[in-house]
Amino acid sequence: MTIINYDQRLVKSKNPYPRGPNDWKRFFSFNTDAKVIGIQYIVTALFFLLLGGLLGMLVRGELITPPSDLFDPTVYNGLYTMHGTVMLFLFLFPMLSGLTNLLVPPMIGAPDMAFPKLNALAFWLVPVFSIILLLSFFVPGGPASSGWWSYPPISIQNPLGKMINGEMLWITAISLSGISSIMGAVNFVTTIIRMRAPGMGFFKMPIFIWTVLAAQLLQLLGLPALTGGAIMLFFDLSFGTSFFRIEGGGDPVLFQHFFWFYSHPAVYVMVLPVFGIFSELFPVYARKPLFGYKFVAVASFGITILSLVVWVHHMFYTGTPMWMRNLFMFTTMLIAVPTGVKVFAWIATLWGGNLRLSTPMLFCLGGLFNFIFGGITGVMLATVPVDIHVGNTYFVVAHFHYIIFNTIAFGIFAGIYHWFPKFTGRMFYEGLGKVHFALTFVGATLNWLPLHWAGLLGMPRRVASYDPEFAIWNVIASIGAFILGVASIPFILNMVSSWVRGKAAPPNPWRAIGLEWLLPSPPPHENFEDDIPTVLNEPYCYGLDKPFVQDEQFYIDKSFKKH
Amino acid sequence: MNTKIKKNNSKKYLTIFIIISAVCINSLISLLMGYWSYNWLPVQASEAANYVDNLFAFETTIGTFIFLGCTGTMAWILIFNRAPKYDESNGAPIEGNVKLEVIWTIIPLILVLAIATFATKVNYKLENLGSKTKYNFGEEAPFIEEKKPFDFGPIDVISRQWNWEFIYPNGIHSSELHLPINKRTNFRLITDDVIHSFYIPAFRLKQDIIPGSVITYSLTPIRKGVFRLRDAMFSGAYFSQNQTNVIVESEDVFNKWISETVKKELQNGLNPAGRLYDKRLKNGNRGWATVEPAPAPKVQDVGLEDRPHDG
Repeated sequence: MTIINYDQRLVKSKNPYPRGPNDWKRFFSFNTDAKVIGIQYIVTALFFLLLGGLLGMLVRGELITPPSDLFDPTVYNGLYTMHGTVMLFLFLFPMLSGLTNLLVPPMIGAPDMAFPKLNALAFWLVPVFSIILLLSFFVPGGPASSGWWSYPPISIQNPLGKMINGEMLWITAISLSGISSIMGAVNFVTTIIRMRAPGMGFFKMPIFIWTVLAAQLLQLLGLPALTGGAIMLFFDLSFGTSFFRIEGGGDPVLFQHFFWFYSHPAVYVMVLPVFGIFSELFPVYARKPLFGYKFVAVASFGITILSLVVWVHHMFYTGTPMWMRNLFMFTTMLIAVPTGVKVFAWIATLWGGNLRLSTPMLFCLGGLFNFIFGGITGVMLATVPVDIHVGNTYFVVAHFHYIIFNTIAFGIFAGIYHWFPKFTGRMFYEGLGKVHFALTFVGATLNWLPLHWAGLLGMPRRVASYDPEFAIWNVIASIGAFILGVASIPFILNMVSSWVRGKAAPPNPWRAIGLEWLLPSPPPHENFEDDIPTVLNEPYCYGLDKPFVQDEQFYIDKSFKKH
Repeated sequence: MNTKIKKNNSKKYLTIFIIISAVCINSLISLLMGYWSYNWLPVQASEAANYVDNLFAFETTIGTFIFLGCTGTMAWILIFNRAPKYDESNGAPIEGNVKLEVIWTIIPLILVLAIATFATKVNYKLENLGSKTKYNFGEEAPFIEEKKPFDFGPIDVISRQWNWEFIYPNGIHSSELHLPINKRTNFRLITDDVIHSFYIPAFRLKQDIIPGSVITYSLTPIRKGVFRLRDAMFSGAYFSQNQTNVIVESEDVFNKWISETVKKELQNGLNPAGRLYDKRLKNGNRGWATVEPAPAPKVQDVGLEDRPHDG
């Protein structure tokens, strides 16, 4: 076995971060510590979750009645566009970068990321493009209002003819977000490949690391297409080029290829780390080894490879020829196979376990439940004839919220609760966590389950008004959305009060196996410092008489010492 | 010794009994869901509808079986595998089972391939989409010969920001789409501004209309009635107003409509977006930017905006 070690100079270097570990101001500085950056990302992302949620509630407020009566339809279009953009680019991507930053170095026994300054730069682009995006609310004509796809020609119509307009700021923000994500991806991939603890071969890595690697490679492969497409769109909009403009002989459908070549895999970029979180948490709270570790690990890459060849399923009714539709239907369907491997492995992990239904486990179970449902509607959408009927209707909206909120956000909440004690050094309040879960599950189900029927009956997505026969589903959905808004109260209360005055957390409150749990809570700046453990087995050997690292007791004892 | 074997055997029988009855109940519910799924869709008003609904029902049945199979197992685990309050022991140390994993790789593979093959057959059977031909901006959309035979048409479908216009082979302009029942009708889908989508839920058919291209499309209505035609590709400010009606009539009624309408004068057709935009201008043009709505089409049959519809 090859032992991959990292550059020892990194450990020996003098205090590479400007502020001490207990100075709260470090969260507002250009700090290069991955753990600080992780928390910066997560807190920023949670702020934008609130903003995106508020925009979502405004959208649902408009849709609670059939006519367009709360806002002018132009305002509605801007609100739903910004809701989607904020949720994807300001909440989900930064959130997952945050969790990745927090977890990757401790989980693989590295002191920090491979490129700490690049890492800090990637984070500080987030507030920059967020501000650019939010400024677009205040420019004449309002923000971008052509949906998060920003399909031309609608996106380049520029009704007021001004150089600075909402769409232009939108494209700028998205391109910067892409650059930030590429910087992050370079960092994560290098760190995972080069800086693992001795003994941690690929098949001894935690599944979360596998999924991060799969997801970030996907970023590197896909993002250039979107960023390139966005730049062409910017030129069409601002400088009158004709990449997509029909007046100059361009083809608007070309943009859809650029867009979906990345933006379909983008869903997997977001969902893969959440699969990683599920794979980490189920063994801990079921007290069982992960069922079929190697299958689950390899399945991540099966998803990565397949997800690069499915994008045309977003374009089944754009005039795509028959052979292409059939081909992409088959590739899309095949994704169900590696995904199924994971789902069955999680259920088999739970089987015969000794389950403890704490808050993180509840979010995992809820997320898995929703994912099975969302996966099945996904297969339905992959079938060409069915997609031709339900594509671009509320069925799609319902499906992707089942994935993006009911699975991904659930997994994120699970991860936040699970690793909260590790990185803040405080325990959270279990009762508030359970209230948060109950409200979130009920709200999310009420919000998105009924919309499937609205879509099946033919209610198009993105409408500001609709025929009265769809009213019942929309009323239930709006009530669900408002419950989701209420669900944020116990969450915020829990996070803030626990971090300020929660009970001090022991190094390993969940009795979990994993390098991060051999560190004190919170971990010292350079994690294991000079004593990097040698990994002997994958971190899922619950109830098996297999040691995880050499001299485990030494690390456990060390983790209890105050640093 | 003997009693132990007996006990083990009875436990084994109990397990088999539980599994068989669970599979039976699950199958029954799944079949029922497949049967009910037809009610979740609008009326079947085109030839395609029955194929789409059958495929959807097939997927609903399989999907329900898998969903209940997985979540039922999860429910079982939640009931019987909970740790008592102070029990910190580990569960059964099972690391995996290669046989099981191969099975649950292969079964979904066969299932999805079966669904995709079924769907491919439906695609070839329906063949609604004809050809997509690009032409230069500003020119008349070229006339493209449809390869597959059709009974009526081609009707030009013109979508704008935000109204619809239909031009019949004999030159009739209409705001609503009148179609003869049981005739395969051919369309030329045209737009000059942005991407729209020709979507009739009761027909289960949808086709984007791409500026700069003319797309030919064919379908066969099989049910008399009034159905909604909705623009399904976001097309800007008054996107949700970009709807009209499809009226499927018997051949006699349709021919009568043709012969009467052709004599009528051209006048302003349906244009709800224009009305809303005028209202907005009257109220001080508040709201965010939008392009001006296209003027109402000049048509012989103005149609009825709030016609009660069957799907």
